[in-house]
Amino acid sequence: MAAVQETVERVKEIDVDQYKYGFFTDIESVKAPKGLNEDIVRFISAKKHEPEWLLKWRLEAFRRWQTMQEPEWANVHYPKIDFQDLYYYSAPKSTEGPKSLAEVDPELLATYAKLGIPLKEQEVLAGVKGAPRVAVDAVFDSVSVVTTFKEELSKAGVIFCSISEAVKNHPDLVQKYLGSVVPATDNFYATLNSAVFSDGSFVYVPEGVRCPMELSTYFRINAEQTGQFERTLIIADKGSYVSYLEGCTAPMRDENQLHAAVVELVALEDAEIKYSTVQNWYPGDKNGKGGIYNFVTKRGDCRGDRSKISWTQVETGSAITWKYPSCILRGNGSRGEFYSIAISNGYQQVDSGTKMIHLGKDTSSRIISKGIAAGRSNNTYRGLVSAHRKATNARNFTVCDSLLIGDKCGAHTVPYIEAKNASATFEHEATTSKISDDQLFYCLSRGLSEEEAVALIVNGFVRDVLQQLPMEFMAETQKLISISLEGSVG
Amino acid sequence: MLEIKNLHANVDGREILKGLDLTLPTGEVHAIMGPNGSGKSTLAYVLAGKEDYEVTEGSITWNGKDLLDLDPSARAATGVFLAFQYPMEIPGVATMTFLRSAVNAVRKARGEDELSTPDFMRLVKEKAKGLKIDAEMLRRPLNVGFSGGEKKRNEILQMALLEPSLCVLDETDSGLDIDALRIVADGVNALRSKERSMLVITHYQRLLDYIVPDKVHVLSKGRVARSGGPELALELEKTGYAEFGGEATAA
Ligand SMILES: Nc1ncnc2c1ncn2[C@@H]1O[C@H](COP(=O)(O)OP(=O)(O)OP(=O)(O)O)[C@@H](O)[C@H]1O
Ligand SMILES: [Mg+2]
Repeated sequence: MAAVQETVERVKEIDVDQYKYGFFTDIESVKAPKGLNEDIVRFISAKKHEPEWLLKWRLEAFRRWQTMQEPEWANVHYPKIDFQDLYYYSAPKSTEGPKSLAEVDPELLATYAKLGIPLKEQEVLAGVKGAPRVAVDAVFDSVSVVTTFKEELSKAGVIFCSISEAVKNHPDLVQKYLGSVVPATDNFYATLNSAVFSDGSFVYVPEGVRCPMELSTYFRINAEQTGQFERTLIIADKGSYVSYLEGCTAPMRDENQLHAAVVELVALEDAEIKYSTVQNWYPGDKNGKGGIYNFVTKRGDCRGDRSKISWTQVETGSAITWKYPSCILRGNGSRGEFYSIAISNGYQQVDSGTKMIHLGKDTSSRIISKGIAAGRSNNTYRGLVSAHRKATNARNFTVCDSLLIGDKCGAHTVPYIEAKNASATFEHEATTSKISDDQLFYCLSRGLSEEEAVALIVNGFVRDVLQQLPMEFMAETQKLISISLEGSVG
Repeated sequence: MLEIKNLHANVDGREILKGLDLTLPTGEVHAIMGPNGSGKSTLAYVLAGKEDYEVTEGSITWNGKDLLDLDPSARAATGVFLAFQYPMEIPGVATMTFLRSAVNAVRKARGEDELSTPDFMRLVKEKAKGLKIDAEMLRRPLNVGFSGGEKKRNEILQMALLEPSLCVLDETDSGLDIDALRIVADGVNALRSKERSMLVITHYQRLLDYIVPDKVHVLSKGRVARSGGPELALELEKTGYAEFGGEATAA
């Protein structure tokens, strides 16, 4: 058996069984009754003490959703989801009422500690084991349990809180921007999310402010048969800058769990938003049983001139990923970037990519996508680059590289290009390669184990994208990549 | 001591090595010469443990240990090192990162602690200097876009860092200009020691002027056809491989 073949066999058994975050926290929770109807929408809204306008907005979305069809154009296959067989709201009982770090259920703190997420500001401040200085919003099932470093951030004028809190404390901002990038009627999952969204993060960076630290939200699905529908809204006012990171995990379960999030970014004049994701939802077991369905709508609006939005994603988890973080380049001279590493193993299916919609003059975009397929997985890059009639001098540069490990997996590239303005320059490069037996042997003959060799080669393959991640998360991500492809390391 | 007895090896079902015998005592340097296609690289790969090279008969022992029992990384850990005739490129992996992974993997397997970053950097710097390899080259992805000479020097650098006890050099001299040849030869000579054995595969007497071997073996059709002292290489230089059934005349 050739070395690569053997690696493939081995890889097939791992990943999924290697999932380190598969534990379940036994904690009492409050749930809405199973199923979805107007009453459930009202229940969620009432639980969150929402204003009338928001309830109305949710109900409209719900009515619209009932008329919509699940999209089928993506290169993913799964049994039909029974939307009436899910819980749409689940919250740890202890989170009702006010919450400061001191009041957070120790069981929850322990959960996050186990996940390696620092929630104790003192520890972070004391620089325990070089913990990165990052403000964290921790979302557990349907609610945010705590947000750290709030005070320090508010000194800089930065608002960082859960979206439920923002609805309460900053209703004007929420009402002004919610749904302004991803309309409530955008697509099947986004519309569903609009009707039942639970929690998520809210960020507002005022004019001219450079956010003094990394912001991060950590999502955890814990409860059974519960969909997670979080909603994130980030607004960077004129000339401001913010870097934000999202992480996620879930327990191992035999059933599939639905995660349908919406993320909206708004960058005003000269503002910059850097949004990074390390997606590590439970991918299912080695036979393809269980795992998260990750159907997410993420979109950034470069609303102001010379604004910039950059998406960086590392996708290692989920049974099925359906995700296209996009940029609307509305402002003149605005810029969109998309850097992606998508690793699929076992029976995972990934259909991911981006859309760069050039509307303004002199807009530019850059797409670097690295897909790695192993096991029996399927990995599709789907991208759209378009230039509007008025988008003179639109420029795009796209590189799509795929790496195959073994011969039972698939990698596909589906690029769409539409230029309605003749001055547009769009460049596209794509490659597909394999880890060769010779490369592997070269590494082995230098003493590396097969797992180390594969991890090294893959890390080399994704290097351009890794470098886009915030420093604090690079090493960790490198390790995650190794873990999702091999058995021994970590 | 390396002992190869009656070695038969197949590649893709075709027998390439056909009863090869060779003894390399510890501390000695032996040259292997022979016409194109005689099986020199095949022998090198079999020693390093390449997968598709199937040993059908015979034995290889290294200091009494059965090498054929070990997978390639275990062989590296016990001290086998192959300087490749065609070193592989690994895009995106900085040469420095690769060297560090290799050194630490081998150290780990030998039960030694991993080197700290400063210690490692110091070690690389020192070894690289002798081979005229600059820091810029070490930052580049492994062998990607390296010139032929740079690749070969990089192989010797790896050899110096991993401190193997059995070095197999497969045409490390081919593609080198005169200056590079001297640098590489000096690098190899610096590693000569009582504890280290070397098999130097080459087509050219020129290399053996710098790395003077204890013995020279001529491979032909998968066997050692003749062995002798350094003078054998000089003789081949004049007569070519005609008597061994090769087409090549004097190099
Ligand atoms: N993968 C392979 N499949 C079939 N034949 C092979 C394969 N690899 C090597 N061979 C054959 O084995 C024989 C010996 O090859 P090898 O590379 O060992 O020769 P060599 O002595 O190193 O030659 P050179 O001096 O040209 O480097 C050649 O006839 C070659 O064609
Ligand atoms: Mg050869």
